Amino acid sequence: MTIKGKAYIAGIYEHPTRHAPDKSTAQLHAEVAKGAIEDAGLTKDDIDGYFCAGDAPGGLWPMVDYLGLNTKKLRHIDSTETGGCSYLIHLGHAAEAIAAGKCSVALVTLAGKPRTGPMPPRASGAEADFELAYGATTHNAYGMCAMRHMHDYGTTSEQLAWIKVAASHHAQYNPHAMLKEVVTVEDVLNSPMISDPLHRMDCCVVTDGGGAMIVTTPEIAKSLKKPLVRLIGHGEAAKGPRGGKDLDLTYSAGVWSGPRAFEEAGVTPKDIKYASIYDSFTITVLMQLEDLGFCKKGEGGKFVADGNLISGVGKLPFNTDGGGLCSNHPVNRGGMTKILEAVRQLRGEAHPKVQVKNCDLAIAHGTGGLLGVRHAASTCILERA
Amino acid sequence: MSEAKKYNAPVTNPESAPFWEAAKAGKFMIKRCTTCGEAHYFPRAICPFCFSDKTVWEESSGEATVYTYSLMRKSPTGPYAIAYVTLKEGPSLQTNIVDCDLETVKIGQKVKVVWKPTDGAPLPFFTPA
Repeated sequence: MTIKGKAYIAGIYEHPTRHAPDKSTAQLHAEVAKGAIEDAGLTKDDIDGYFCAGDAPGGLWPMVDYLGLNTKKLRHIDSTETGGCSYLIHLGHAAEAIAAGKCSVALVTLAGKPRTGPMPPRASGAEADFELAYGATTHNAYGMCAMRHMHDYGTTSEQLAWIKVAASHHAQYNPHAMLKEVVTVEDVLNSPMISDPLHRMDCCVVTDGGGAMIVTTPEIAKSLKKPLVRLIGHGEAAKGPRGGKDLDLTYSAGVWSGPRAFEEAGVTPKDIKYASIYDSFTITVLMQLEDLGFCKKGEGGKFVADGNLISGVGKLPFNTDGGGLCSNHPVNRGGMTKILEAVRQLRGEAHPKVQVKNCDLAIAHGTGGLLGVRHAASTCILERA
Repeated sequence: MSEAKKYNAPVTNPESAPFWEAAKAGKFMIKRCTTCGEAHYFPRAICPFCFSDKTVWEESSGEATVYTYSLMRKSPTGPYAIAYVTLKEGPSLQTNIVDCDLETVKIGQKVKVVWKPTDGAPLPFFTPA
């Protein structure tokens, strides 16, 4: 059993806002749902599968009610919560449900307002009583990954900075990007140190907003007007230090989710024309590129340097919307926007300045939780049909 | 400085209570599985390796080396060094490196456990050995 080619992404929508003081979180979910349904050319009553994660106020059933989904028709629901990569996992699970005949039109929504509203508290694991006192934040947890990566492999701050530089080159063409200014390696190195060795410009933006997608059957997708984009491989995985014995902060669960997705798709990293790579921090991108096999472990620094991730310049154009580093990281969760830009590239709808020529194969990959420590990862291989 | 920092009392539960009781006597406890022989931290009732329920408390030497760290510079309570350290007995754990010049913290550095008072059981931290 495979999900290869069994599900198509027929509708996408990214909320243009990055700052929404005058909207509610539920409202943002409804606005992105409406956008994706209209992009597909479907109606709300066509929805028979619904997916949301921890950003949905109250969880799944309050959202089903608020959105007014047709509950006589809704027959598949999934609130898998794996932080920022939830939506990449939702895509895989939607494809499984569609392949199994459990639904035919799945809606996935993400939205929230970390800039202008209270954020729901993060659930604590069993480790909390032994760790909360030490002030772990995403910044210093990812800082610890970068510090160890530098120690083991000689990775430099200059190399990490190139990732932000590439994202900024793309963001200049995105009218909705929060940060549109092109920056240099020096700009990144001169920005304030937040948590060694990560500078402010090594960190993603914090934005209000959201995004949504419609995942459907090949038959329904072909009956609609949008260019056809299908999922041909999916992998998911989770990692933890397991009693302190397996602690290794230099790799992520992408080492498992990546090969699973590539194997199902029957392609290799060399075949990929465009890559959406989760970019909560620059180190996130570097480690995941290694983990996915775009280069050897430890050679990520060399791989990302000198513009190799810039569309039209380097070998692996990445995050051509400006990514989380410059454009959008709604609700501190970047998985949805990773899928949306990959679909734009495959449809040929990316900005002409960053559109990859003959883009017929793309990857969207992300992690959720704390890179290197306790987290999940999900990899999606998408193809223009 | 970290010395002035006030820490909340640790939250305990039936599974972790013996750890915090021992902490009051200045003992840093880990768990060891008598079936597979592996040590682990934070402590669990069931071994995370072989899933045996034959786990026993063992006092750690409290000696460790810094696996990685980061100096958190943007904090309302002042800068601090968060770290993962690897105990002589094997398991690695998250902590803060305290009571030292934070700029001198290094990967591979030898550190040892040090306790900081709270309104409940004291909390374990690590400081250069």
